Amino acid sequence: MVYDALIGPFTEFEFMRRALAAVIALSLAGAPIGVFLMLRRMSLVGDAMAHAILPGAAVGFLLSGLNLFAMTAGGLIAGFAVAILAGVVARSTGLKEDASLATFYLASLALGVTIVSIKGTNIDLLHVLFGNILAMDDQTLLVVAFNATVTLLVLAVIYRPLVIESVDPLFLRTVSRAGGPAHLAFLALVVINLVNGFQALGTLLAVGLMILPAGIARFWSRDLTVMICIAVIAAAISGYAGLVLSFQTRVPSGPAIILVATVLYIVSVLFGRVGGIVRQLFPGRHLEA
Amino acid sequence: MAAVHFHNVTLGYDRHPAVHHLNGEVAPGALVAVIGPNGAGKSTLLRGIVGILRPLDGSIHLGGLDSRDIAYLPQSAEIDRSFPISVYDFVGTGLWRDAGLFGGIGKAAREKILRAIASVGLNGFENRPIGTLSGGQMQRVLFARVLLQDARLIVLDEPFNAIDSKTTTDLLALVKHWHGEGRTVLAALHDMEMVRNHFSETLVLARGPVAWGPTAEVLTPENLMVAMRMCEAFDDSATACAEGGRSRAA
Repeated sequence: MVYDALIGPFTEFEFMRRALAAVIALSLAGAPIGVFLMLRRMSLVGDAMAHAILPGAAVGFLLSGLNLFAMTAGGLIAGFAVAILAGVVARSTGLKEDASLATFYLASLALGVTIVSIKGTNIDLLHVLFGNILAMDDQTLLVVAFNATVTLLVLAVIYRPLVIESVDPLFLRTVSRAGGPAHLAFLALVVINLVNGFQALGTLLAVGLMILPAGIARFWSRDLTVMICIAVIAAAISGYAGLVLSFQTRVPSGPAIILVATVLYIVSVLFGRVGGIVRQLFPGRHLEA
Repeated sequence: MAAVHFHNVTLGYDRHPAVHHLNGEVAPGALVAVIGPNGAGKSTLLRGIVGILRPLDGSIHLGGLDSRDIAYLPQSAEIDRSFPISVYDFVGTGLWRDAGLFGGIGKAAREKILRAIASVGLNGFENRPIGTLSGGQMQRVLFARVLLQDARLIVLDEPFNAIDSKTTTDLLALVKHWHGEGRTVLAALHDMEMVRNHFSETLVLARGPVAWGPTAEVLTPENLMVAMRMCEAFDDSATACAEGGRSRAA
């Protein structure tokens, strides 16, 4: 009975196995990126960039239908274009980066939805907005896995400057020129992982499997390494449980995954060891020293 | 060869000079206090020396030192204290020159980090996140990192601000230790008493140089009065400086 509910779907159906593989790949790469997004106070930047990917993916869709490969390529191009444009606008004018990103993301979302509606049906639109992890073909799965691998490798390369730049940017500037390239590489990783998440969760929820696990991890540790591990595990659990939930209840898979993550998040906010609400209300007796 | 050579340096933001036409040099191994009222351009000058601010005019030469030979301690407000990093790891970033992107942190390096932490009096704090430290403890951490950087030129921007006297005494001893090792030290300071007692050379800055030389000769009430008055000259509609070289020619 328990076996049927929790493991059966994956032994029985290949699309469930693919979905599970995809969601684990997404967790391994996306969650660490999410942790850095959060610590660098860029959570909403990630969200804005996720929307920016849409028109590119939509153009890919326009040219070749629901071909995930074309949509990925389009998404990557659009994501990089907006990331660079927003950065340029923010740097060359007085406009703050968040304001300029907000503009870009609203425009991109409108443009993307328009493009999809021109050719596609409402079903296509739903697919683009919320993804469909249950429809992964071999090619897409390979793309997702490849992107995840690249992400982890690049993250290993830029890890030190990225950490130092996050905590003390001025110091990094005085000892090294690695800060700028590391920041750009990081933005590139954000885009790559958003495109990755886009396949599974759609443009609106892609950032969810990055930011929510990071938020969860924040409530359980004060150590960056531990935080990243917790985030990865939380993302993987959300993915797995979300898929089971979706399979058993026919809730769409993307929202199911994010809802499970949300539940974990609420539990963490309430009971987390680091700054959780219950801990704050009932801190226990104060210590000796 | 001077450690730092200022050649008609003008530093500032948005074409407005904060430090105007500074000439002079700092000898290797000198211990120099930079004093002046708020807004005198002390921080700006130090930023110019370490190379994060490019001069509007003139030039700063660092007698053969490159950025890796400089340790710079800014005012600590620019550090994200909420970032989850331990004292040990934070101090360890001072090894960047040796370790860089991938260099391993071996046994010797780990001991160096522990020694640096111990020599600022923070034994037992190695695993504490920096967010849990007091202001004084954080300043000790920053000094430990400077220590680890093992730099020939050390630039300190108001290192004793809002620090209690015990901590100040400890850290000042460290500064004098660096001086004893033959390193060049420049520090922006406010405490005249400290400057008089511990710094052999002083630059009184008030957007331009007011006086520069042995502390006993330079630190006079007259010079400080002049500095006070000179500082109030920021003008939004200022015209281009007639002495300016590069900007006028452009």
